[in-house]
Amino acid sequence: MGLQSTFEVREEVLIVRLSGELDHHAAESLRDKWKDMMYSTSIRHVILNLENVTFMDSSGIGVVLGRYKEVLQLGGEMVVCSITPSIKRLFEMSGLFKIVRLEENEGFALETLGVAS
Amino acid sequence: MKNEMVVEFSSRSENESFARVTVAAFITQLDPTMEEITEIKTVVSEAVTNAIIHGYNNEPDHMVYIKCTINNGDIELVIKDNGAGIDDLDKAREPLYTSKPELERSGMGFTIIENFMDSIEITSSPSEGTTLHLTKQLSKTKTVYN
Repeated sequence: MGLQSTFEVREEVLIVRLSGELDHHAAESLRDKWKDMMYSTSIRHVILNLENVTFMDSSGIGVVLGRYKEVLQLGGEMVVCSITPSIKRLFEMSGLFKIVRLEENEGFALETLGVAS
Repeated sequence: MKNEMVVEFSSRSENESFARVTVAAFITQLDPTMEEITEIKTVVSEAVTNAIIHGYNNEPDHMVYIKCTINNGDIELVIKDNGAGIDDLDKAREPLYTSKPELERSGMGFTIIENFMDSIEITSSPSEGTTLHLTKQLSKTKTVYN
């Protein structure tokens, strides 16, 4: 259990891939790593791949909202992909899809941001 | 058949996963759907996180108490802290309201709990902390009695 995160930069896009459980305990260190990656590289957009996230609660929503605000400051966009039904429900409940775009998978998400996959 | 369990643990964020997994394991005997397990786990996680962050202000040396009672297909959860209590309950239950925006809280905790449970009762006072009393009936038992 716990949460694993990997980051990859493709042109102006930061891809964040998470696996495991995203709760309050995991949220704090994820936020620090994610922020580091955003400000140590010259990215504008973020793709958040949630394919392997087995659990998420409102603490996870908080981290996503926090990074969304920063992406907005960079003049970019946040795209979420490969979301499971239970996390999708959580996003819907929080109104997150009003501000964060949903794509089926990472390849599609990259394409919409102008990066060939 | 009535069955009950009680667990008490330190107010450390490491214990959030311990708490939700423990409750999920206990209710497994009711043969819930995957969706119902996820809902219960999420609810426990929200309530315990609230107790740790808001009740105990992130201090790790307090105790969080959970009692889970199952009775046929009914699940009853009591989640309790002896912390600071909630100043304004109505405000706390508003979607997206948080008293700790600096901690990047989404303010969705109570909204999620209300959505995933059938009933929620909150007792809170500055001297005694906060107690959540939650109930949920599993879908399988709902069908049986229909």
